[in-house]
Amino acid sequence: MLKKRIIPCLDIKDGRTVKGINFIDIRDAGDPIELAKKYVTEGADELVFLDITATIEKRKTLVELVRKIAKEINIPFTVGGGINSVEDVSAIINAGADKVSINSSAVKRPELISEVASQYGSQCMVVAIDTKFENGEWMVYVSGGKIPTSLKTVSWAKQAETLGAGEILLTSMNNDGTKNGFAIDITNEVSQAVNIPVIASGGAGAKEHFKEIFQRSKASGALAASVFHFGEIPIPELKNYLKTQNIPVR
Amino acid sequence: MKIVIIKYNAGNIMSVENAINRLGYNCIVTDDPEQIKIADKVIFPGVGEASSAMHYLKEKKLDQLIKSLKQPVLGICLGQQLMCTYSEEGNTACMGVFETQVKKFPPKELVPHMGWNNLQNLKGDLFKGVSESDNVYFVHSYYAEVCENTTAICDYILPFSAAMQKNNFYATQFHPEKSADVGTIILKNFLEIKSDIIKY
Repeated sequence: MLKKRIIPCLDIKDGRTVKGINFIDIRDAGDPIELAKKYVTEGADELVFLDITATIEKRKTLVELVRKIAKEINIPFTVGGGINSVEDVSAIINAGADKVSINSSAVKRPELISEVASQYGSQCMVVAIDTKFENGEWMVYVSGGKIPTSLKTVSWAKQAETLGAGEILLTSMNNDGTKNGFAIDITNEVSQAVNIPVIASGGAGAKEHFKEIFQRSKASGALAASVFHFGEIPIPELKNYLKTQNIPVR
Repeated sequence: MKIVIIKYNAGNIMSVENAINRLGYNCIVTDDPEQIKIADKVIFPGVGEASSAMHYLKEKKLDQLIKSLKQPVLGICLGQQLMCTYSEEGNTACMGVFETQVKKFPPKELVPHMGWNNLQNLKGDLFKGVSESDNVYFVHSYYAEVCENTTAICDYILPFSAAMQKNNFYATQFHPEKSADVGTIILKNFLEIKSDIIKY
C-alpha cells in the first residue's frame, strides 16, 4: 500500500538552517546536511529545503549546498524559494535535487510550470500555494504571504495541474505557526479537486494533527518544520502513533 | 571493479552516481561502447519519456549493445521499461530483454504512483536481506505487467513488476538510489553479484 509521507521542511539562509534545533546528537545545528541526515535516520520520507536568502549574490551558495545534499542524502528532496526561471530550475536539478517548488513565480507567469514540466517532467514540478481564508474564500497569496492575489485557491491548484504540476504543496497561512492543526477543509477541497498529490502544510502541533489531516482529506503527505526541529514530535514516535491509528506509513 | 552508468538523454544519472559513491565504489558515466563492454557492472538508469529515450539509444546503437551484454546489467525506472518489449508511452518498440509490455496506469488513484510502497513475492539476488514489509520509493505513470521474469511485485491500482530478472539482466521500477537504507542494500546486492556466475 502507498504510504502517507512525513516531510520535514528546513529553512535555509545563506547556506545555513535558520531555526534553532535541540537535537543533542547534532554537532552543528546550523548545518543543513547534518540536520537532513538526522531526519533521514529518523525515517523522514522526503525533505524540503526552502531558501529564504535575501540577496541574489548569496543565492549562488544554494546550488553548491544542493550538490552537497545530493551526495549525502538517499531519499528524495525538494528545493524551493526564489526560483524564477527555467534556468534557476536547471541549476537546482542539475545539482541533484529531485524536485523544485515554485510559488510566486508560477502565479506571475503560469507558463513556467509547463516549461519546467516539459523539460524535466511533471514529477519534479511542485507548485507551492500559500492560501488564506478571508471574506468566506480561500485566496492565493504570493511573496512569502505578503501580497494577496485575485486567485481562488482551488481553481489555481486545478490550473497548475493542467499546466503540468506534479504535486501541490498547500500552506494555510491561517494555520501556519498556530500549532492548532492543519487546515482540513481547504486541504480536502484541493485534494479532491486535483488528481496529483497534495502535501498539507501549516499548523502541525501534535501527533493527532497528522492523523486528522490524513483521515479527513486525501493529502498524500504532511509537512512541518518547527515541531520536528525542536524535537517536539520525534518522527519515529509520530510514525508509530500513525500506525496504531491505521494510517499507512513507512 | 569497473562500474559504468550508461549516459543518454534521460536524467537522474547523478543520483545513481552519488549512491554508488556512498557505497564506496567509483563509477564512470559514459556512452562509449568500448567502455560499456569491458565494465564489470552496467547500470542503465533513467527518468524521462520512452519514445525519445529509445530513439536516442537506437541512434547511438546502444539498444543492441545493451541487449548483447553478458555482465550484470541493472535497469532503473525508465531503464526497466525500455528493457521490456513495448511501451504504451509514445507507442514505443523497446529492447525486448524482458517478455512483457509497459502500460499506463488507469486513473483509478493518483497518477503518477509517487512515494513509498512495499514489495511482495521477492525473488533472486537483489533482495537478499530485504523483507516484504520494507518500502522503496517509486515515481512513475507507466508500469511493466507481471511476467515470468518478475522478481518483485508492487500493488498500486493493480499488481505490476516492481523488479525483474532474466539471466544477467536485472531491473527495478523503483529508485534504489532514493530508497534510504533498503535501496542501499539492493544496490549493494547488485554490485556484489559475481559476474561469472549468474544464478536465478
